[in-house]
Amino acid sequence: MAWPFISSMNPARDVLALSTTEADIKSVPVGGAVTLVWRGKPVFVRHRTAAEIESAVNVDLAELRDPQPDSARHKAGKAEWLVVIGVCTHLGCVPLGQKPTDPRGDFGGWFCPCHGSHYDTAGRIRKGPAPANLALPTYAFTTDTQLKIG
Amino acid sequence: MSIGLHNSAFKNPVIRWVDSRLPIFSMMQNEYGSFPTPKNFNYFWNFGALAMINLMIMIATGIFLAMHYTPHVTMAFDSVERIMRDVNYGWLFRYVHANGASMFFIVVYIHIWRGMYYGSYKAPRELLWMIGVVIFLLMMATAFMGYVLPWGQMSFWGATVITNLFSAFPVVGDSIVTLLWGGFSVDNPTLNRFFSLHYLLPFVIFGVVFLHVAALHITGSNNPLGIDPKGPQDTVPFHPYYTAKDSVGMVVYFIVFASLVFFAPNLLGDPANYIPANPLVTPTHIVPEWYFLPYYAILRAVPDKLGGVLLMFGSILVWFILPWLDTSPVRSMRFRPIAKWFLLLWGIAFGTLMYCGGKPPEGIYVVLSRVATLYYFAWFLVILPVLGRLERPLPLPESIAKPVLRGGGPLPAGAMTKPMEKA
Ligand code: HEM
Ligand code: FES
Repeated sequence: MAWPFISSMNPARDVLALSTTEADIKSVPVGGAVTLVWRGKPVFVRHRTAAEIESAVNVDLAELRDPQPDSARHKAGKAEWLVVIGVCTHLGCVPLGQKPTDPRGDFGGWFCPCHGSHYDTAGRIRKGPAPANLALPTYAFTTDTQLKIG
Repeated sequence: MSIGLHNSAFKNPVIRWVDSRLPIFSMMQNEYGSFPTPKNFNYFWNFGALAMINLMIMIATGIFLAMHYTPHVTMAFDSVERIMRDVNYGWLFRYVHANGASMFFIVVYIHIWRGMYYGSYKAPRELLWMIGVVIFLLMMATAFMGYVLPWGQMSFWGATVITNLFSAFPVVGDSIVTLLWGGFSVDNPTLNRFFSLHYLLPFVIFGVVFLHVAALHITGSNNPLGIDPKGPQDTVPFHPYYTAKDSVGMVVYFIVFASLVFFAPNLLGDPANYIPANPLVTPTHIVPEWYFLPYYAILRAVPDKLGGVLLMFGSILVWFILPWLDTSPVRSMRFRPIAKWFLLLWGIAFGTLMYCGGKPPEGIYVVLSRVATLYYFAWFLVILPVLGRLERPLPLPESIAKPVLRGGGPLPAGAMTKPMEKA
């Protein structure tokens, strides 16, 4: 009896239907970033530099709160493109670090100003109250630089 | 109750006709006219009536705001600006409504403090107290959802952070949050349901307030001495004595309220809420409205997500069991020489949390929040239960009338009760 009422509050079909986003990321320079919108949320696309990739690879997994190697954070052969959902896993703020002028926290990735979470260059949580790494959206490269999210 | 017409005491034939069939006039007369009330109330006892008035003001201004407000993400912000600029007296309604929420919390916080200081939560008023806590929770939900409606930056990010609190619960957390949002982020479905609930909840509050008052009229009011009235010499009829005293409080209340509305309407608000909501940019300092700051400070004092959320909810839920945590049989803190100071310190801890909640979560503020949080809970869970057994209370007066009549000689002829019976 209560179910129809509860169920009606869940996402409606049109909301579910609007759930893919495509973008061409050719113009993002190395070291640059672009923010896309998917399901009303920001998606961070970062064109990582060789140094950023290296610092992400050379991390002792035992040090991590939510241990994941860098290779599990990007598509195979696409280490330079990091694609993560730009929503802090603490309470949902949008971390800073997309603009060159933004603070990027102690680990060169993103910094969430709300309650002070620091993410590294693979979007992994390193310091602060957030419990998990920045989530990965389902996405694919339809061409070399054409990104389809959802 | 027996079946048949009520035997009405009213003389006016029309009132009598109605009252015999539906004795609401008798009820009003019994509950607010002749209702026997302890005669030693101080001004702390004004705040229940003030809260009632405040609720009516919120409902009245809210209904008229709703006639001009548009609950849609593309139009909500502009419709509130239109209320401010173009709708006749729209600015007045909005400022009264926004500051009315602050006044409501000021009044209710004082009302709750009164209950804690004078032990109004103790037997036989436990249920009355618990109903009060329910009202407070409903008020918090209402005010939170109301703050989302103007769809400014603080509206949006406040809604995001608060709804995300539920994601802390293991397994079901994320599904709960999606259910609350009706989507994958705070968005139009969220705004729509918040408007619907923001309209509904005040009327639910109204119903629960009715239960609160009904329970009050079974047990009768507590009083600053915390002892029970022993007879008519200890009480006065509610009207005209407390209707008059409440009116004095009301004048002061309206002076404060009007000063806020007309001279500092945005003092308690956050300027960031005059920036339209932007889902892609979080403002650097997200702070809730002032009345939520203590709980926000508790949330941030705990370095663990789930722990912070549990402690935050626990900080209010613990009020429900307060009647059983306090083991002292003495109600009023006037007669509890030690507990009184610990309670005062609890008040300071609460104030400290309110202060820290508005500051960035770093350095000294984190330390202060942690100490204050610790004491907040220690007072309820350790000090109150233990102190009630150890403390030696001061001797209680024999009756409410006795200290007033100095030395308690025989009642002077006609004092106190007699002249009033004529009125
Ligand atoms: C317990 C009583 C209530 C409380 C505590 C409350 C609280 C609030 C708060 C804090 C706001 C945000 C004000 C701002 O910053 O602009 C608000 C807005 C609003 N409320 Fe209420 N409210 C109450 C009752 C009602 C009722 C009964 C209605 C309508 C039937 C209503 C309709 C509205 C509308 C339309 C807005 C949006 C316009 C605006 O932002 O000024 N409210 N409310
Ligand atoms: S939301 Fe990012 S640290 Fe709390």
